[in-house]
Amino acid sequence: MALTNQYIKEKLEAKFGDQVTDFEEQYGLLSFRSGKEINLKVLNFLMEEPSLGFNFLTDLCGVHYPDNKGQEIAVVYHLHNMRENVRVRYKVFTDVSQPDVYTATGIFAAANWMERETYDFYGVNFIGHPNLKRILNVDEMDYFPMRKEYPLEDQSRVDKDDEMFGR
Amino acid sequence: MRPVSYNIKKKPLEADISMAEMPEGHQGQGFFATTLDSVIGLARKNSLWPLPFATSCCGIEFMATMGATYDIARFGSERVGFSPRQCDLLMVMGTIAKKMGPVVKQVYLQMAEPRWVIAVGACASSGGIFDTYSVLQGIDQVVPVDVYVPGCPPRPEAILDGLMRIQDLVGKESLRRRNGEQYKALLDSYGIQ
Repeated sequence: MALTNQYIKEKLEAKFGDQVTDFEEQYGLLSFRSGKEINLKVLNFLMEEPSLGFNFLTDLCGVHYPDNKGQEIAVVYHLHNMRENVRVRYKVFTDVSQPDVYTATGIFAAANWMERETYDFYGVNFIGHPNLKRILNVDEMDYFPMRKEYPLEDQSRVDKDDEMFGR
Repeated sequence: MRPVSYNIKKKPLEADISMAEMPEGHQGQGFFATTLDSVIGLARKNSLWPLPFATSCCGIEFMATMGATYDIARFGSERVGFSPRQCDLLMVMGTIAKKMGPVVKQVYLQMAEPRWVIAVGACASSGGIFDTYSVLQGIDQVVPVDVYVPGCPPRPEAILDGLMRIQDLVGKESLRRRNGEQYKALLDSYGIQ
């Protein structure tokens, strides 16, 4: 029995009902989302359920949608079933003013550094993370650089005049 | 006996061994008198020991400069040391991220006086095209710089030109310069000492 997207969707809906929503297939990759409160339950189910077996966390990253009021920050999980070579994308959304998401380090050890990176660039506060500190940027940085809160530079600039950069 | 079939043409030397020019002074039968400054300057400038701090493409360009074609060793810079121990010329080549800034400064601090710094390429000089939150906009925010080499990346000739300009500085530097008020004020502005 091949692991099809339809089967994954049915399994998830049987388990979580209408808590998992927005099933989409882009280029054959199943993508869905849920509330951020049950993200660990969903990840654990995807990993532990024998017929699904998504045992590898390919990537974990953040996205900032400044226009989604109350749902500005997305945390995206990419999971991979190596036995069947099937991938799935799972998103949770959180408010930018209180970006608290439960950490996936208990399920995937690889999430440790990826969550540190997501905290570094987007400021997502991963609750329960063993060592949540910046990983790529300098520790003194007091902002999250990948959030879309900063105006783009003037495109007609002809030189590097410091006044235009606030340096 | 097989005849020798290679290296049989005598190649004349294209130029004789190059010698440093004699400093100004008085000479007579069996003596030569000159200033200590110029002798020490002569010795220092013709045996600069570079410490390459190469992070990106300019570093590759410097490797070409070290190679046989451009041969930075002609200038007495044969001994590149990858430690600050005996080196007196810090060559910073490539993008220096803000996170790397303290490392550059530490390497500079560990070098003994007299020491010179050359910033090779646009990134080390000014941040170059990387006008971002993570890149140091020129290493002169961290350490004092003597010579800037423009280019992105500069050709080996440009790096050699920068080295020769450093040699000019070194040859003309007064022995008391590093005890002077101006130099102390410069280092103070970087929070050194």
